[in-house]
Amino acid sequence: MILTVENVKKSFDGFVAVNRVSFSVEKGELCSIIGPNGAGKTTLFNLITGHLPVDEGKVIFNGIETTHMHAYEICRLGMGRSFQRINIFPRLTVFENIQAALLAHRGKSFDFFTTVEPLFNEETEAILERVGLQDHRDVMSGSLAYGFQKQLELGIVLAGEPAMLLLDEPTSGMSARETNSTIELIGRIAREKGFTLLFTEHDMAVVFSISERILVLHQGQLIAEGSPEEVRANPDVKKVYLGEAR
Amino acid sequence: MSRHRWFLILILVLIALIPLSGSRYYVFLGTDILIFGLFAVSLNLLLGYTGLVSFGQAAYFGIGAYSCALLMKRVSLVFPLAFVTAGAFGAIAALIIGFFCVRLTKIYFAMLTLAFSQIVWALAFKWNSLTGGDTGFIGIPFPQYLDSRTRYYYFTFAVVALKIINSPFGRILTTIRENPERTEFIGINVKLFQLVAFMISGFFSAIAGALFGVFNHSVFPDTLFWPASAEVLIMAILGGMYSFFGPVVGAAVLLYLRMQVATYTQYWPLILGTILAVLLFFFPGGIVGFVQTRFAVLRGSR
Repeated sequence: MILTVENVKKSFDGFVAVNRVSFSVEKGELCSIIGPNGAGKTTLFNLITGHLPVDEGKVIFNGIETTHMHAYEICRLGMGRSFQRINIFPRLTVFENIQAALLAHRGKSFDFFTTVEPLFNEETEAILERVGLQDHRDVMSGSLAYGFQKQLELGIVLAGEPAMLLLDEPTSGMSARETNSTIELIGRIAREKGFTLLFTEHDMAVVFSISERILVLHQGQLIAEGSPEEVRANPDVKKVYLGEAR
Repeated sequence: MSRHRWFLILILVLIALIPLSGSRYYVFLGTDILIFGLFAVSLNLLLGYTGLVSFGQAAYFGIGAYSCALLMKRVSLVFPLAFVTAGAFGAIAALIIGFFCVRLTKIYFAMLTLAFSQIVWALAFKWNSLTGGDTGFIGIPFPQYLDSRTRYYYFTFAVVALKIINSPFGRILTTIRENPERTEFIGINVKLFQLVAFMISGFFSAIAGALFGVFNHSVFPDTLFWPASAEVLIMAILGGMYSFFGPVVGAAVLLYLRMQVATYTQYWPLILGTILAVLLFFFPGGIVGFVQTRFAVLRGSR
């Protein structure tokens, strides 16, 4: 198991956002979390990645208990994450965005005297190519089109060479065409590099096409998990989730 | 990029040639500008690079000025040692104060830096036996080998040329400015980096202060009162906080204008206020930012 979440709970001023959720993810698995708005998906991600403190329960990543660790420590253990809302460095160029992530990952961040420009040039270019941004190398990233910014964030995450990727709505706000190409890209990279993938997604077609396993969250609780077929057939899921969509 | 470099080299050469003009006035002004330029650059490490608004930077400038002066006069330390120690004192003070400040963000951070700087000011003001209090600390010896203003000028210039910004460390600071949350998620201990930036900034502010004290043969508590902190902020914003040398340009423009304007009118603050208001509305990138975008437009239209 690369990730084990045990009875994790989080409340905000008495409102229980995540209520005793337990699940685990195996190495190399492509796993998704679905659930209606406000089900607690993003909060759950924030708890796993150390962005928010956990009230109760345990998180174990790669054999190490990370429940009370800082986000940067969990990141260094090999957990990469993207955000639902774009989260890049807008007034740096596309190249600099990726390069900064490499500097941090390769332990160069406390180097005071080397000139930064020539560092990790090839690696940065390779990642840019991988996420399809090689033609936008010197553009201020904040002025990129929305879809490109999403791809850039994926590139920043990849630069950290994570063992596990947590992607929060990787295609939110994208057109159908952008969604398809992004999902294809993510699936390809995950398979090539052997990443473990845990993602949330609102587009059900996407979820059912690439997930090996699906977790269903509703009002902070895990109500179902299983293969896409099992989840599709689950009456509870139909009632609370797919039923609401109608 | 390379044209950029040439432009920079041209300006540096021009600065280096000023003493050859033989004008005592310009050498004096030039030294003043370089000292405050260094001070403004050190502040800008926090402001423009890390995205932290320090409203109490004069504290470290003053600490540098006082410690260098006191070490030379009271302990008879030779200038180079006193100078470096003054910088170290600035860094230590920044470590202690920064430890508390980086725990807060935005306006709370700014207010806490102001609060601490006022404490340091009160110490300098009231601790008569050590600092001379309100009458100031005068008669700081000018080091023998720096006796000519010209050589002192070059010396200051050499210090200003120090440049950490272009290192990987500097790049990580800009990512913190741009997005502290994302920076945390590329595996960076953001608070630690902010603290280290605060210390480096304190060190160079103190170095600038030490130069200032020796240059003027005296230090007064005013040096670390809050308007001094505000003035250096204005220099950085005026010159352009998104470029390394922007604050130096800001220091030059502000000090030069103040000298010139003072001969015509006593309403200097009014003029400064107007310039600042116009700048903030129309040229948020400061003078250097404005020039850079102009250049980009010219190049683009060709």
